[in-house]
Amino acid sequence: MIETALIIETVVKAVVVLSVVAAMGAFATFIERKVLAFMQRRLGPMHVGPYGLLQLAADGIKLFTKEDIIPQNTIKPIFIIAPVVAAASAFVAVAAVPYFPEFTVFGYTVHPIISDINVGLLFVMGAASVGMYGPLLAGLSSANKWSLIGGARAVIQLLSFEVVSGLSILGPVMMMGTLSLIDMNDYQIGGVSHWLIWKQPLAFVLFAIAGFAETNRTPFDLIEFEAEVVSGYATEYSGMRWGLFFIGEYANMITISVLVSIIFLGGYNDLWFIPGALAMLLKVSLWIFLFLWVRAAWPHIRPDQLMWFCWKVLMPLSLINVLITGIVLV
Amino acid sequence: MSSQVFLASSIIVVLVIAIPILFLATGKLGPKNKKQKEKNISYESGVTKSIGNSNNPFSVKFYLVALLFVLFDVEIIFMFPWAVDVRELGWFGIVEMFTFMALLLAGLIYVYKAKALTWQ
Repeated sequence: MIETALIIETVVKAVVVLSVVAAMGAFATFIERKVLAFMQRRLGPMHVGPYGLLQLAADGIKLFTKEDIIPQNTIKPIFIIAPVVAAASAFVAVAAVPYFPEFTVFGYTVHPIISDINVGLLFVMGAASVGMYGPLLAGLSSANKWSLIGGARAVIQLLSFEVVSGLSILGPVMMMGTLSLIDMNDYQIGGVSHWLIWKQPLAFVLFAIAGFAETNRTPFDLIEFEAEVVSGYATEYSGMRWGLFFIGEYANMITISVLVSIIFLGGYNDLWFIPGALAMLLKVSLWIFLFLWVRAAWPHIRPDQLMWFCWKVLMPLSLINVLITGIVLV
Repeated sequence: MSSQVFLASSIIVVLVIAIPILFLATGKLGPKNKKQKEKNISYESGVTKSIGNSNNPFSVKFYLVALLFVLFDVEIIFMFPWAVDVRELGWFGIVEMFTFMALLLAGLIYVYKAKALTWQ
């Protein structure tokens, strides 16, 4: 009987979390257009619904009902699988992330985490790095020069910055002595002064930069840089297949925002008078706004600058961070 | 506990694969794909006939970066269990791991010197 209850609970939680993340991803596209428009003294989408709010629904209908085109010369099975891999890996990463403090409904305690893995951080990073196969498979199977170059760029960018994000997260892991995201959150109970960002500022900056690169955001969005590689690995994709890449990208953005909030910014602990759940939501929104702000304010960098920046600046810095943390701790 | 984790993981894996496939299935609502030749040729910035082969050779640097990634990511995987227990292991763990890191750092310096990461 307990097993049945558990299965039902997990399915409900999974469906709720996945639909909320997908909806937040869709909403983030709307917010992105609005924020970018206001930063450029435009109004952005205004015509569909009040303040353009129904633009979301219009975009959704358009994507869902578009003609399904598979261009010639593509390797069909791989071409079809690639966007599914990209979206699925972004959603799997969500499974091990706690969002809110546990609460009670009708005398039943709910833990707002789908799967309480004790190596949650490792799981999230592993699932996120599987997302690399999406661009790779898409680029190789599309039979298009832009796709090939875009896919190759995507792979080296994600690979390089995965090393940086892995190394930079070692410092916090050493301080907290755990890989469970719930324990990491509990480590920072007690207000702003207990946040890990004060103890690991360098790791915070490095992880944030790596997060920007891993979600292909400006200034590291060389993968889809129109002036150079048209639309990168997604050049030949249209309709919902392209939409799946897009959903995956925004889901990754949300996951990175949640990770940064939990590891460095105190997670879902109460903040002064703000309850934990609301504080978490505020932090995640702030991070997504930061993603958009940087996109509006910063120019692109060149691919060779990207590699230089990753391997010769960020990587030695993150190694130094691990060294200092180790010496201070012992 | 562990069976709980496996259960949850298998449920979510099934769901996350089912959802994208469901999304893709909605494409059937749209217009049928008429097999027009011009529509299905690959995009070449407006050139109506695709030129050359799409499987062009590209810079070997991409492969070098991938090789380096394997090296350093394996290093990080070794460091995670150490990082969790760094307090219990004390100076012994620090010395051992820093020796390991120094060896890899020497490799990184060699990579810099060999200009494997210098892009023209």
